[in-house]
Amino acid sequence: MSAVSADPAPAPAPVPPPAVTRVRARRARWYRQPTLMTGLVLLAVIVFMCYGASLLTSFNPDTQNLEQPLLGLGQAGHLLGTDQEGRDTWARLLYGGQVDLRVAFIAVILPFILGTILGSLAGYFGGWADTVIMRIIDIVVAFPFFVLVIALVFVLGTGEKSIYIAITAIGWVSYARITRGEITVAKRQEYVLAAQSGGLSSLRIIGRHLLPNVVTQSIVYAMSDIVQDIIAIVTLSYLGLGIQPPTPDWGTMISAGQNFLTTQWQLTTIPGIAVVITGLALSLIGDGLADLLRTGGS
Amino acid sequence: MGRMSFVLRRLVLLVPTAVGVTIITFFMVHLIPGNPAVTILGQRANPSTVAALDKQLGLNQPLIEQYWLFIDRLFHGNLGQSLYYQVPVSSLITSHLPPTLWLLCYAAVLGVAISVPLATLAASRKDAVRDHVIRVVPLLGLGLPAFWFGLILQTWLGTKLRLFPVTGYGQGFTGHLHSMFLPALTVAVALCPVLIRSLRASMLGVLGAEFVTTARAKGVPAPRLLVRHVLRNAVIPAVTVLGINIGYLIGGTLIVEQVFAIPGLGSLMINAIFERDFTVIQSVALVYGVLVVLVNLLTDVAYVALDPRVRFDA
Amino acid sequence: MSGSLQLEVSDLRVQIAGHQGVVRPIDGVSLEIAPGEAVGLVGESGSGKSMTLKSILGLLPPDAKVTSGSVVFDGTDLTRLSHSRLNKIRGRRIAMIFQEPMSALNPVMRVGNQIAEGPRVHLGMSRAQSVERAMDLMRRVGIPEPERRFRAFPHEFSGGMRQRVMIAMALSCDPELILCDEPTTALDVTIQDQILRLLAQLCHESGTSLMFVTHDLPVVAQVCHKVAVMYAGRIVERGTVSEVFSQPLHPYTLDLLRSAPDIDHPGQSLVPIPGSPPSLTNPPSGCRFHPRCQFAEDDCKVSDPPLRLLEGGRATACLHYERCLDQIGADS
Repeated sequence: MSAVSADPAPAPAPVPPPAVTRVRARRARWYRQPTLMTGLVLLAVIVFMCYGASLLTSFNPDTQNLEQPLLGLGQAGHLLGTDQEGRDTWARLLYGGQVDLRVAFIAVILPFILGTILGSLAGYFGGWADTVIMRIIDIVVAFPFFVLVIALVFVLGTGEKSIYIAITAIGWVSYARITRGEITVAKRQEYVLAAQSGGLSSLRIIGRHLLPNVVTQSIVYAMSDIVQDIIAIVTLSYLGLGIQPPTPDWGTMISAGQNFLTTQWQLTTIPGIAVVITGLALSLIGDGLADLLRTGGS
Repeated sequence: MGRMSFVLRRLVLLVPTAVGVTIITFFMVHLIPGNPAVTILGQRANPSTVAALDKQLGLNQPLIEQYWLFIDRLFHGNLGQSLYYQVPVSSLITSHLPPTLWLLCYAAVLGVAISVPLATLAASRKDAVRDHVIRVVPLLGLGLPAFWFGLILQTWLGTKLRLFPVTGYGQGFTGHLHSMFLPALTVAVALCPVLIRSLRASMLGVLGAEFVTTARAKGVPAPRLLVRHVLRNAVIPAVTVLGINIGYLIGGTLIVEQVFAIPGLGSLMINAIFERDFTVIQSVALVYGVLVVLVNLLTDVAYVALDPRVRFDA
Repeated sequence: MSGSLQLEVSDLRVQIAGHQGVVRPIDGVSLEIAPGEAVGLVGESGSGKSMTLKSILGLLPPDAKVTSGSVVFDGTDLTRLSHSRLNKIRGRRIAMIFQEPMSALNPVMRVGNQIAEGPRVHLGMSRAQSVERAMDLMRRVGIPEPERRFRAFPHEFSGGMRQRVMIAMALSCDPELILCDEPTTALDVTIQDQILRLLAQLCHESGTSLMFVTHDLPVVAQVCHKVAVMYAGRIVERGTVSEVFSQPLHPYTLDLLRSAPDIDHPGQSLVPIPGSPPSLTNPPSGCRFHPRCQFAEDDCKVSDPPLRLLEGGRATACLHYERCLDQIGADS
């Protein structure tokens, strides 16, 4: 600009640095992914509805009203009717959603962390750590997911805590595999060699350099994992082994309503639809993220 | 002959996994601190019952000895005694295995029968309306709880329209086909999302391959082209995907058996859970594990059979 | 017979809608093949020669389309045919051989079945008959032990053998015309020679015409009677092989000849063509070759010369083709 002038306060023209322009371009692309945006919006709506339940309904999910059992849609001010104990279905749906969503999200984070750590160790160090971890993975994977979950619930007893432990004990495997696979490839990249020759500790290399690049695949997988967890939680609750009454939950709602399928079909059908729609939102997010990563976004 | 040795080599590689499976099932109850007998009987159990169970299961001996005992009995076909039914567990397993196997095969057949045409329709006109519609199916299907779908099918096609029996295994071959249709369909629908996606993806990959252009240049008509050239190549990666998801498929049968009251391993397991019948739980889990391992072997063999290139460098 | 044309491509134009704009890989191509003739189509990569072959049989990628012109085969315009009728011509009356036989053959289908497929589909042969025919073809193209090799898979064959399989496939329904897309480029030099001789011999025996696409000039000389030179989506010169190679009438042909090694003049240094092929979205104004042409003059930058017919069946798209004759005079 005005380089050699003796002017005390030259006002440089505000040229935005290139980095900002690049970031702006990436963000614009992020917004433009229809799959991802649809999924996020849908999920946001679901979360808002469940956690904003007090705004959407005046009924309490636990209040029984034995004088008004099994009401149909819209009767007596109950949007979706009542169950056999007179509890408002709409309220139970929303408050139950809070429980199921919360449990599923927490149930995904623990295996994510455990699996990523173990997978990084296996992938980075190789050798016997790798062999041992891979063997354990092979064995865990040899069992159907649900069989192990149910067996662990037997051992640990019913309830929320058992769900977390059971799912973590089995679910870490997928994250470990993904992380190990990515790290085995990534550790041969130049920037890792540079870090190693710079004398950085392995932990630092894994944590600061490798993982941030490698964790995106796991995040995509986590989306489908949450769906799987929701289904597992709902199934356990349906069997009576998961969330215990009186806490509202979609699984127990389905179970409670199954005897009335021919008359008050909404008792069982609606919670299931809620699960499907939540699954749809999460799958859209997962797909959208995968697409974004594939076309080289953030 | 290369094929035979490949299969044998895979069998050998599976042994450590099988051993691991037995270790896990054996140690399931020992995983939590405290007396395993208490775990089985529950916290409120009578101390003398606990002591009796201790003796029966040999729980006072060192772990390794217990494990050897377990393995030894296993090789003699002795899976212990059911705590609830008071009969040998092996007889329970033998009587409950056939319905589960039926369900599995039936579901696999239905799953393939639904997925292959849909995937073909989608891939042959990529990005057309029907492609987008078909791609929505897996999105919905992934979030579908199998037991819930089973309940819906049961109510609508069974109770209301009376097309199929709502429970039970049925008698005779056609009886089984009829009674098991709804449960098999339920399990198949759980399988379809994964199958449709992977088959569609691999078909798209194959459709862009050079040899497909060659076949088109030869004037091969579209149906023959799709089946003998495209599909025949596209199934190969899909078989692998099917194999990977087989564990999920088998897990699905567990809950579906309960919904449709099918006397298979799944119902046996769930009852055992409620009755705290540890020996049964352990054995059924073991059987499931072995099933998965065997099916994985089958998938590997199928893969080799389908892809002539693999035979020679395996 | 020599008067009637078997295949006549007239002013063919193909367009692809790309990310950066509309690409015209074929922008006004006219060719002729008489029955029994072998015509070569030469040019650099990207000149549009493979695409010309593909557009004859309607094998263009889905986002490409023919915008104008025609491809008349035995009286019918192939570009206007329905898909099913075109399918009856593919493989049966016009066959095609591809460059990379490993990827051009179905990896999970036995070689013999791939050869027999054409007769089964087009000639209505029974399974036994088509097998018989396939083995016969395998013998003709020089594949040893056809009874055993029938059941083999493509990956079990060497490159040269696979190309023989492709040739057998092409011949399987006795086509009138075979399109060859760089069939020997991916092969060893010694094998190349064998395959070329085989092709030339088979076509001579059965009177099949050939359209042979390649960037390798000596190959054209070995197999073809006539040649057309392609540049940036257009034909820039046509004539018989001996004429064009000894007396090129276009600067591009001249440059091509000088950049190719000549066994008869082993000491001669090779002269590469300066510059690189032009963009097909925004071709240069005037004559497309002018930025790289040693003889370019002012009018070359302005007017876009069409392919002009000269006497003796030759054609050139250069305004100043006499300069080439001078150059050759100077060289020898």
